[in-house]
Amino acid sequence: MGASVIAIYPLLSIVLLALNEPGNRISGFTIPESFTLENFSTAWTRGGFGPALISSAIIASTVVVASVTFSILAGYAFATMRFPFKNTLFVVLIAGLMLPYEALIIPLYFGFRDLGLIDTRWATILPQIGFSVSLGTFWMRAAFESLSGSTVEAAKIDGANSWDILRRVLIPIAKPATLSLAALLFLFAWNDFLLALVLIPQNESAQTAPLALSFFAGQRRGGDPSVIAAAALIVAIPVLIMYVILQRRFIRGVAEGASKG
Amino acid sequence: MSKMVRRPSLLGRRTLDCRREAPTATPRRRSLLGRRTLGGSQPIAFLYLLPAFAFFVAFAVIPLGQSVFISFFEWNGITDRHFIGFENYLTVLTEPKIREALQHSLVLILFYAVLPISIALVIVGLLVRVRIRGQAFYRSVLFMPTILPLTVVAVAWRWIYAPDGPLNRALDIVGLDSISRAWLGDFTFALPALGLVGTWVTFGLVFVLFVAGVQKIPREQYEAARIDGAGIVREFFSVTLPALRREITVALILTITAALRNFDVVFVTTRGGPGTTTEVPSVFIFRSVFQTRMVGLGAAIGVVLMLELLIVNMTVLWYRRRGEVDS
Repeated sequence: MGASVIAIYPLLSIVLLALNEPGNRISGFTIPESFTLENFSTAWTRGGFGPALISSAIIASTVVVASVTFSILAGYAFATMRFPFKNTLFVVLIAGLMLPYEALIIPLYFGFRDLGLIDTRWATILPQIGFSVSLGTFWMRAAFESLSGSTVEAAKIDGANSWDILRRVLIPIAKPATLSLAALLFLFAWNDFLLALVLIPQNESAQTAPLALSFFAGQRRGGDPSVIAAAALIVAIPVLIMYVILQRRFIRGVAEGASKG
Repeated sequence: MSKMVRRPSLLGRRTLDCRREAPTATPRRRSLLGRRTLGGSQPIAFLYLLPAFAFFVAFAVIPLGQSVFISFFEWNGITDRHFIGFENYLTVLTEPKIREALQHSLVLILFYAVLPISIALVIVGLLVRVRIRGQAFYRSVLFMPTILPLTVVAVAWRWIYAPDGPLNRALDIVGLDSISRAWLGDFTFALPALGLVGTWVTFGLVFVLFVAGVQKIPREQYEAARIDGAGIVREFFSVTLPALRREITVALILTITAALRNFDVVFVTTRGGPGTTTEVPSVFIFRSVFQTRMVGLGAAIGVVLMLELLIVNMTVLWYRRRGEVDS
């Protein structure tokens, strides 16, 4: 299929570019005779990608753990309990799905500046949790609703309280849906650029991998494209590895998510 | 006791033990629980909702309110602000540069939403007839661009469009070197070039959605259409397209949102240039904080962008609802 070639080519072209010997000119269409990893080591040391990858990993995993936990709790309440203003609260939370960061970034910047949190990881972690719970609650509610029904009734009759039902009955059987959600949220958090750019503008030790890449690519405009390509791959590799492992889950998750929407 | 043993417990041993301690209480508790699920409310629900809503309110609802508030002021982010009413919104609607940026984001909708959805529909329409081996593999490959960080995508495409990059090399090879150029530095081609990056990113997502949708269509519908003598085109319009209404709605919402919010690719490649030919609203908002220092105006652009998204999404959803009522 020609479409797959087009889909893969841009990535492949920077792989070839990054593996290219420095100073060699490449056509982009033939496989070069010799490969080198020199561009990767150059990019790694000059671009500060070690700390950036660690920072991205800390931010993304904190966001995922917190968002998934809060989403499970809220999704559970929406799926199985009765309480006042249930529909209103749900609609308000889901409206968050349509909210662009762009409309909030200015108050977030000045708010965090006043709190002294600009240039810390918290400045991007906290808003990302606030945003992720919309999708997360929607997702977990749908998962619990499709699973619960008679199971929850039976557990209730067994005399279990709400916490036991969630912890021992629902969380174990909702594991696949929870993992899909975690993978999706990890992807969003890892790929985020705007928040990191605005909220961690100067602190190199807290900057994320995409941010480090944009600074590196920006500074070296007109510099060696091979090194920039290597830098881009360093940032993409964690996501690509995760995709190769979890691709079925991603694709099914997206397809199922769509049919719920 | 015997009553309880008959019903296999779904829970661990601990709950069983609890019940053994107070077997007489069980029947009453059972009815209480039963009533609770049918009628009255469970205040404990709010405890479960608390963490999610605390974060949502603190980092989405309140900032949104503040954005609206700030948009009514003239403010450089440092000194006192002055209330100026709707003046920032007037500026958004009249200032040529901002209007240009908003128009660019409409052009991008063409590339991010209309183009990939059309291509995907054609391919899906053909795939109904043709069986391809290894579909799962192709699907994974096609979906891949969607998951890459957009900063990485931008770096890759900056290379492809570079003066000595693969696109110009390819043009050389086929003898079209007369049209080769620095694509992202070209006043005419920079915006469409960036648009095609968007097409590349969103196509896989759209395609995966549609393939999943088509797989849900019962085979009999196609067989019936064929017995009626429907060709591939009529089959597409009478069976495939109506069945994909829901998937098309979702695809439109996701891709239009991506088009209107586009920031990463523009920022890493052109930063709005050459001239103002690739300016988009989100880059304006970014600059309003760090460069132009027109924070009130930036907030107003953010609010307008949000309203634009809301209106477009609501229109798409409303259109689908209407379609469902009609059929």
